Amino acid sequence: MNLRLTFATAVRVLRQIRHDPRTVVMLIVVPCVLVGLLAWVYDDTPIFDQIGAPLLGVFPFVVMFLVTSVATLRERQSGTLERLLTMPLGKGDLIGGYAIAFGLLAVVQALVASGFSVWVLGLDVAGSVWLLVLVATVDALLGTALGLLVSAFARSEFQAVQFMPAFVLPQFLLCGLLTPRESLPDALEAVSNVLPLSYAVDGMRTLSAVSDASGDVLQDVLIVLGFVAAAVLLGSATLRRRTA
Amino acid sequence: MMNNSSPPTAIAVENLRVIRGSRTVIPGLTWAVPVGQIVGLLGPSGCGKTTLMRALVGVQIVAEGTVTVLGHPAGHRTLRQRVGYVTQNPSVYGDLTVTENLRYFAAVIGIHRRDLDAELGRVLGLVDLESHATARVDQLSGGQRSRVSLGAALVGNPELLVLDEPTVGLDPVLRRDLWALFRRLADAGTTILVSSHVMEEASRCDRLLLMREGGVLADDTLSGLLASTDSIDIEAAFLTLVDRAAQMQEARA
Repeated sequence: MNLRLTFATAVRVLRQIRHDPRTVVMLIVVPCVLVGLLAWVYDDTPIFDQIGAPLLGVFPFVVMFLVTSVATLRERQSGTLERLLTMPLGKGDLIGGYAIAFGLLAVVQALVASGFSVWVLGLDVAGSVWLLVLVATVDALLGTALGLLVSAFARSEFQAVQFMPAFVLPQFLLCGLLTPRESLPDALEAVSNVLPLSYAVDGMRTLSAVSDASGDVLQDVLIVLGFVAAAVLLGSATLRRRTA
Repeated sequence: MMNNSSPPTAIAVENLRVIRGSRTVIPGLTWAVPVGQIVGLLGPSGCGKTTLMRALVGVQIVAEGTVTVLGHPAGHRTLRQRVGYVTQNPSVYGDLTVTENLRYFAAVIGIHRRDLDAELGRVLGLVDLESHATARVDQLSGGQRSRVSLGAALVGNPELLVLDEPTVGLDPVLRRDLWALFRRLADAGTTILVSSHVMEEASRCDRLLLMREGGVLADDTLSGLLASTDSIDIEAAFLTLVDRAAQMQEARA
């Protein structure tokens, strides 16, 4: 990996996104609208305070997963990936560049969505608001990293979009939002223990219920970051200069 | 490098065999290209031109044989700055401007920041896109887009250019200008490999490699080819060679 090349790639990806203002607006606005809708649905009940934070982790995760997997698929299909692989660009530089560019977007998205939830919608969390922003950012990063990894296996846009229900929805069903993970059947609980979104949501749940559990939340954050790193490394490893 | 008497070799392919899926695309190809020439890779579509080019730039999985480019195995780390590759479809970013595209590829090649503007100006001039420097690539015409793609390969002045059908869809004036550009680059020492399925472009090349079904029909100059086949044009020469190959196969069977 070469920092200069990774940075140049990140700048290029951000320039591409800048030329597409509608995507930028949707990236920032859609999670806010979804959380707003949720607050409205559970108006005058304590439920929004219970599940608002966990879903604040899930929405950016889903959005970033989709955007990243489509973006990298486009790189593959436009032939620019083939050109880059004949040039002095490392596989890590490419994946790292995408991770940095979309990671930055994820930070902005998480800041806006968290701020909107807390200050406009009145989301009440027991822990600190900054911890909420941190977890939301890490969850969005997780979406980016998994999107990068999964797009390596997509041969068409149809497949890339199908990976959303295939990779994201099972994690959502098992992450503990529908039923606490402890009360899942043993086999499913074991599965949920190895899925990254479970830890992303665990962190958010702890944060919204317990006021002095920063240690526990940070542990979940570290686990999710571990998954992020693993997905990025695996993503670079699956990229091949030579293909059949 | 190894032989000082004959002109140095830019490309040396020996017994190259490429299998894609269950199909043998190139059954066994041996071929050499001297430095500083324009070599035309001619043949019907599907004959293995693109696969051969992919092998030269080191992105094709090769079943057997060796491909040596500028003295190194194809795809070698040191070649990545010295070989420019233009794929058949323009491989540039449609959602970036022409300059933003070139700037990124210049960064990847490792052009120093202080030389960047001069290099971008040089490349824009070569492909005649100065007036469209700030236009988004997806708003350009097909011909302009393929010139952006060519420009991206010219960044850093590579020693070998591998161009897959660079003149498709261009009007005759642009085509003439591009061939004039290739000639200028070759005169300055660049080796250029151009594939085409338009046989008439053969007259612009120093040497020709005629391909069919992954094999070499002929590897000669245009005049040599016309003389050996007793033909008046390249199309007729191609047909004569195909017939001869078929006769030889029949004789063997």
